[in-house]
Amino acid sequence: MRTPATGRAVGNERHARLRERLRYALRTPAVGPLAALFIAVVVFSITTDTFLTSQNLSLVLQQSIVIGTLALGQSLIILTGGIDLSNGAIAVLGTIVMAKLAFEGSNPGVALLLGLAVATFLGLVNGLLVARLGLPPFIVTLGALTVIFAVSRLYADSRSYQVTSDLLLFWGYGIQLGAVRLTWGTFMLIGLYALFWYVLANTAWGPHVYAVGDAPESARLTGINVGSTVLSVYVTAGFLYGIAAWQALGRIANADPNAYQTANLESITAVVLGGTSLFGGRGSIIGTLIGALIVNVLRSGLTQAGIDSLYQDVATGTLVVVAVGVDQILRRSGSR
Amino acid sequence: MAGGLLLGAAGCGGGQSDSGGAGSGKVKIGLVTKTETNPYFVTLREAASAAAKENGAKLIALAGRFDGDNEGQVAAMESLISAGVKGILITPSNGTGLLSTIAEARRRGIVVIALDSTTEPPSATDATYATDNVKAGRLQGAYLRAALAGRPPKVIMLDGTDDSTVSEQRHEGFLKGFGIANDSPAIRGQANTNGERNPAQAATENLLERTSDINTVYTINEPVAGGASAAMAARGLTQKVTIGSIDGGCDGVRDVRSGKYAATVMQFPVRMATRGVDSVVEYARSGKKPHRLSDTGTVLITDKPVDGLASQNTDWGLKHCWG
Repeated sequence: MRTPATGRAVGNERHARLRERLRYALRTPAVGPLAALFIAVVVFSITTDTFLTSQNLSLVLQQSIVIGTLALGQSLIILTGGIDLSNGAIAVLGTIVMAKLAFEGSNPGVALLLGLAVATFLGLVNGLLVARLGLPPFIVTLGALTVIFAVSRLYADSRSYQVTSDLLLFWGYGIQLGAVRLTWGTFMLIGLYALFWYVLANTAWGPHVYAVGDAPESARLTGINVGSTVLSVYVTAGFLYGIAAWQALGRIANADPNAYQTANLESITAVVLGGTSLFGGRGSIIGTLIGALIVNVLRSGLTQAGIDSLYQDVATGTLVVVAVGVDQILRRSGSR
Repeated sequence: MAGGLLLGAAGCGGGQSDSGGAGSGKVKIGLVTKTETNPYFVTLREAASAAAKENGAKLIALAGRFDGDNEGQVAAMESLISAGVKGILITPSNGTGLLSTIAEARRRGIVVIALDSTTEPPSATDATYATDNVKAGRLQGAYLRAALAGRPPKVIMLDGTDDSTVSEQRHEGFLKGFGIANDSPAIRGQANTNGERNPAQAATENLLERTSDINTVYTINEPVAGGASAAMAARGLTQKVTIGSIDGGCDGVRDVRSGKYAATVMQFPVRMATRGVDSVVEYARSGKKPHRLSDTGTVLITDKPVDGLASQNTDWGLKHCWG
């Protein structure tokens, strides 16, 4: 890694060391996204007088809860070199199961557990097809997306269900600090990311997840059970999608089979903006949280600035391509 | 690189808000449509934008990413509330999905007006400016029945999506106007088309595989009528089958003129948007809130008029169409 600078002029060596340090900073996955987030916040704070209010910032956090949680599961899967196109559909089915059962008079606790179980089970099915049968994750989850979307509509009788149970609406409640409302869902989002950041950094499971994504063959040679690791990631992700379903009910007290149709791509956007490589094995969980926040900071800030939503999509889309471009360039320079 | 992009985008926004933002005391109005892609909503946005300019107000137009994107519409409303708008015009994707956000906006003194589709209950918003969709369906039904001139009806019904209020209301209206019940044997086939051309064409093709003994096609809107008419033409059924529709877009009126389908029921999105903007401006000026429900009207457009049913020809249609 170190640039061979011996025998060259001292100035050159200092320059090389600086460049190396810069390259390291850029390669540390969360630094770039954090800088982009910071710049966006500063720019919107200066150009509008409504963006930097504690109330608006708490809204941006609330808007990031569902996609943020889906993106956490997506991150784990992408770290293993996979991809999940079905996460939004799984969460939607979760919301329908919870809301419909409660609507029909079941105990809300039972409805909640069944919703979580369905989501986890679907993660398990995806995981078995990928890890045990060796099918490509893109194909498996594309099929799952189609099937689950249809099953949601069938099970929902193609209607939406209003939710009134306090338990199911829990993540939408919160505390009032002056003019600012912080929902429990916001704390849950941050708590989940903290938990998985800790688990990835401090348990044996973390390095295994990275290793199977980076180089599955070498991982196998070092004694890692690649199949079980991948399976565990899909199951964990499924459970997280169930949590996202619960959070979605807290945010909008209505389960609609038409909802969240683009959540899969939005979660991938958050992961990519967060600096995680789509090729697997490289990236950070915290980056994904920042990526999810960037999308909503852009949407909110551009709205405060009076910009219509088509231009907001142009900005978000461009940012994704830039993020992947930077990732590619760094990969190339890193492997040299 | 990302920073440059952000600076560029926000700088442009800063410029806009200087010329039209809070500093100069302009009234800010938010518009949240179902999607950006449907020409109907594009018309709504352009009309609202023009009306805002005329009134010296500033319009911020946002949208869901697809029909049914409740989260996107809620987030858009929240951002508009933060931005300090005086009023929000919204075409709700789901009648109940936005209720708490709408209540929050009204609690903060923002006037909320539903355009095109109502919330459930309609009293959740300050006012609704919309097409009477039952009436639109009824007009189409009455026309298609009269066009049969006493022959026994054999109908295909092409709806939008299952749980959409608009789709249900037009469907019901059609049955009333046509004079049959939902379980009538005269209905030879029904399909959900998502309100789009390609699925409509495929659905019609599939229904025709089952039976081509059809003489009437109900369609929820003009893209769907376009799809149905293409499928009919491919089977050589154009002369045998009368297709009706709803919308009154300029493409649709031209299709009626060229005989792809017999009639369409025009609705007036420009009126919805203009009245909506005017009401918000009025509220900002005098504090007077708009009144509840207002039907923006429907007109039957056809070049083959039938007895006992008022209609306009396509010359009139092309003068008043939208899109």
